[in-house]
Amino acid sequence: MSAAQAPALDSLETVAGRIRSHVVDMCAGPEGGHLGGAFSATEVLTALYFSVMNVDPERPDDPDRDRFLLSKGHAAVALYATLAERGFLPAAELATYGRPGSRLMGHPVRAVPGVELPTGSLGHGLALACGFALAHRYAGRDARSFVLLGDGELQEGSVWEAAIAAASLGLDRLVAVVDRNGLQLTGSTERIAPMEPLADRWRAFGWSVREADGHDADGLAEHLSAAPWEPGRPSVLIARTVKGHGLPFLAGRAAGHYVTLSPRNHARATAALRTTGEAAR
Amino acid sequence: MSRATREAYRDSLLSLLDRNPALMCLDSDTGLFSADHAAAAGEQYLNLGIAEHNLMGIAAGMAACGRMPFVNTMAAFATSRALEPIKIDIAYNRLPVRIMATHGGLAAGHLGPTHQALEDLAVMRTLPGMTVVVPADAAATEAFVEQSLDLPGPLYVRLGRKPSPALPETAPPPVIGRAQTLRRGDDVVLACCGPYPVLACLEAADTLAGLGVEATVLNLHTLRPFDTAALVAAAGPARLVVTLEEHWRGGGLGGAVAEALAEEAPTRVLRLGVPDRFVDEVGNQEHLVAHYGLTAERLVRTVRTALDTRAVGPTALAGTAP
Repeated sequence: MSAAQAPALDSLETVAGRIRSHVVDMCAGPEGGHLGGAFSATEVLTALYFSVMNVDPERPDDPDRDRFLLSKGHAAVALYATLAERGFLPAAELATYGRPGSRLMGHPVRAVPGVELPTGSLGHGLALACGFALAHRYAGRDARSFVLLGDGELQEGSVWEAAIAAASLGLDRLVAVVDRNGLQLTGSTERIAPMEPLADRWRAFGWSVREADGHDADGLAEHLSAAPWEPGRPSVLIARTVKGHGLPFLAGRAAGHYVTLSPRNHARATAALRTTGEAAR
Repeated sequence: MSRATREAYRDSLLSLLDRNPALMCLDSDTGLFSADHAAAAGEQYLNLGIAEHNLMGIAAGMAACGRMPFVNTMAAFATSRALEPIKIDIAYNRLPVRIMATHGGLAAGHLGPTHQALEDLAVMRTLPGMTVVVPADAAATEAFVEQSLDLPGPLYVRLGRKPSPALPETAPPPVIGRAQTLRRGDDVVLACCGPYPVLACLEAADTLAGLGVEATVLNLHTLRPFDTAALVAAAGPARLVVTLEEHWRGGGLGGAVAEALAEEAPTRVLRLGVPDRFVDEVGNQEHLVAHYGLTAERLVRTVRTALDTRAVGPTALAGTAP
């Protein structure tokens, strides 16, 4: 645990609940948002920002910080909510999401404190994170580079270009997480372009692979904190998740990919999150 | 003296690595760097394999962490295959990546359209914040590589493949962002970039002088930021501006010149370049340059026809040379 890490005042589960609540509010705004993929990624983001990564909102440019890229940039609402909870931006600013004059675009932009590089077009993050990891190695810095990939995103060939490079360069300070929710915009990844056996694919590319419950923030934190798992190899954690996790009327449905919540569904979602939160206590 | 601009770049970069530990040379197995070159560069050289998206992405990630990567690929692959990471990861973030693109224009010669780049300048000069240069010879290449160390944002450098002739020693020193005036004359402006077009313009200007037509030869080696002021000043007294480039006629140097003059100093502009179709002729760069009429003779003919008759139909210019 480094000094810059957040004090664990609340359980990771509680923090994740607050992040989801912000996301629901943002998706009830005029533009809506990528709710499904934001909710599948919530515990991963929570674990990274509240337990695993050495980041400090007071010093967002600290050269020794760990770096994170949301390669599945469409989950921007979850990243913004996480950064707000972590103190990188005021939580009140989240209400400006997607509105004229706001910093909060539909995909992450560098103007938002804590966002390292803009993402959104799929297949960019892994190579960028390789660049981070390489630069850190040259600079003799111990910092780690984390990148969150969508499972649909793995259909982009550039991901595998970077996967080859990371293994070939032995970038063991590079950690990828795959948000394996099994759904892409119009349906199942396995129906559209099968990804399995996914763990074997990564292993065959020379990566150290683990699989975990993507909604168990404590378990994710344990795995991610321990990386690298094998010296000389980059690590990939396949996080088994559910798109829209926590919202009974959207969970596991491709229709939850992009949602503008009506007032009625906003209330339903808020109520569902409250129930989950109470059950957790 | 003939020398390949890509080799001038390579040697220049290798000489700079020692004194500049932030520099990186990221290769995509181009073959430009021998085992000896790589050994000389030490840890600052990395061959990342044949993966141009990955090349640009890693370069951007390193640049975001304080490095200045020189990335190596062919112009054809840089500006079409890897355009998206150049646009989003490099240009959008204004990162100091130097895209060293060999085989520009027709330099790939007989290797054909898969390896030729006749759209790269048009593509790259639309990207906000991107500096786009075409050195006309080895000396200009060395100058631009050195100057690039002080350039804050991204840079695209179009290089050749085989040795190309040097500009006359009387040419003023090339400076990124500043047009290079190689000859002054009031009647016409010959605007150009790249080794063969610049030499063709100089030769044409000599011939035209013998015919009583005085030409300014403007080497517009920097397409972005574009030296509009120098162009407007040169075009002021001229009746005609003719552009010549190793590029399809749309959007490259001719486009930049026409855009600038249309807004700042309307002057008749005739654009000479490679005809708007994929190359179907086999031969080396010099052969293709001649075959498609990127020559002094064609320039002279174009100028004479335009000055003799008020109107020249665009179709007369769009076709191949006879």
